[in-house]
Amino acid sequence: MAPTTPTTEKEILAGLGEIIDEIAGVPADEVTPDKSFVDDLDIDSLSMVEIAVAAQDKFGVEIPDDKLKDLKTVQDVVNFVQHSSVSA
Amino acid sequence: MRLPQACDGARILAFGGYQPAREVTNDELAQTVDTSDEWIRSRVGIASRRIAGPDETVADMAVAAGGKALAGSGLSPGDVDLVIVATCTSEAQIPNVSATVAHRLGIVAPAAYDLNAACAGFCYALANAADAVRSGTARNVLVIGAEKLSQWVDWTDRATCIIFADGAGAAVVGPAGPGQRAGIGPVAWGSAGDLAATITIADRDSFIVQEGQAVFRWATTQLHQVAQAACDRAGVAPADLAMFVPHQANLRIMETLARKLGVPRDRLADDIVHAGNTSSASIPLALSRLAERDAIRSGGHALLLGFGAGLCYAAQVVTVP
Repeated sequence: MAPTTPTTEKEILAGLGEIIDEIAGVPADEVTPDKSFVDDLDIDSLSMVEIAVAAQDKFGVEIPDDKLKDLKTVQDVVNFVQHSSVSA
Repeated sequence: MRLPQACDGARILAFGGYQPAREVTNDELAQTVDTSDEWIRSRVGIASRRIAGPDETVADMAVAAGGKALAGSGLSPGDVDLVIVATCTSEAQIPNVSATVAHRLGIVAPAAYDLNAACAGFCYALANAADAVRSGTARNVLVIGAEKLSQWVDWTDRATCIIFADGAGAAVVGPAGPGQRAGIGPVAWGSAGDLAATITIADRDSFIVQEGQAVFRWATTQLHQVAQAACDRAGVAPADLAMFVPHQANLRIMETLARKLGVPRDRLADDIVHAGNTSSASIPLALSRLAERDAIRSGGHALLLGFGAGLCYAAQVVTVP
């Protein structure tokens, strides 16, 4: 399936919820913007890579490893995807 | 000009493995670094590993594994005319490990060289061995992967000391007999030097360091294609494999690769649980331990996939002896 570029924050959040559910087993409805990956969702650094790879497939936005450390909350990823989509 | 008599193909005659006596559990590591048994098992899939004694060398372990493989093959030392030791952790730059190992095993005057393709080393060496036998350059080859990573590990760095371990594994490679099929398939190999900085031991005073996320991303997004290429070249579908034996790097990488290839979990070799990551030794060590407990069918096909520092990678399908 070709990556689709979501336009709204809501669509990105929903897509991210599906990804995190699949990779880390965290129910999508718990993936809310203020949640911290490490502290709230118990997601480790390698799972973050898996999420980044899946996000690239889904949103068509590459999240490099050197950016991952700055993405601490769900909102950080939503912002990154949205910003990259706009600037692409 | 005359050329040596070629043969139809090479096959593996026997495996051999060696692990040092000293077992280091996760609980023991948790006494010195901030970690836990649960954390290590869930992150990398390791329960325990073996560490060589202070005076135990790469050559010592290579001799132990190579001797077992030689005994299992039914050949005598005089039948072997090429010895290749894959290693990236030898104590000295010269002499090489392989000539010493050959001498200690009673193999007289073989060609002998060390090969450094890090965790891909055994698969590289096996490819070289198969081609040497097939072309008639060598009659029988002893291929060994041996590592003492413990002497290059920072035991206060929890990112690496929980992963790496010591050990050796070996295979004897000889010609396929008349009417026999080749038992070592074409290699699919290569390297990614643009990522060279992601796994390093910079100099003799340095420890092994790796950029875990970069290596994980590379391994889980690129290497299933290398494994698939090896299957395609051998004409063996992943679904028909008796066993998938990737480098025992990290159970999460291994399980992802198996899933992407369509290999069921029960056909994924997971020797890492009790051996840790032993770099070039991990694949032949896993094979020898599978063979020891009859957990792999003779005549079945095993897919080997080595990958690691370089970054180097190599895969081939082999027939289990």
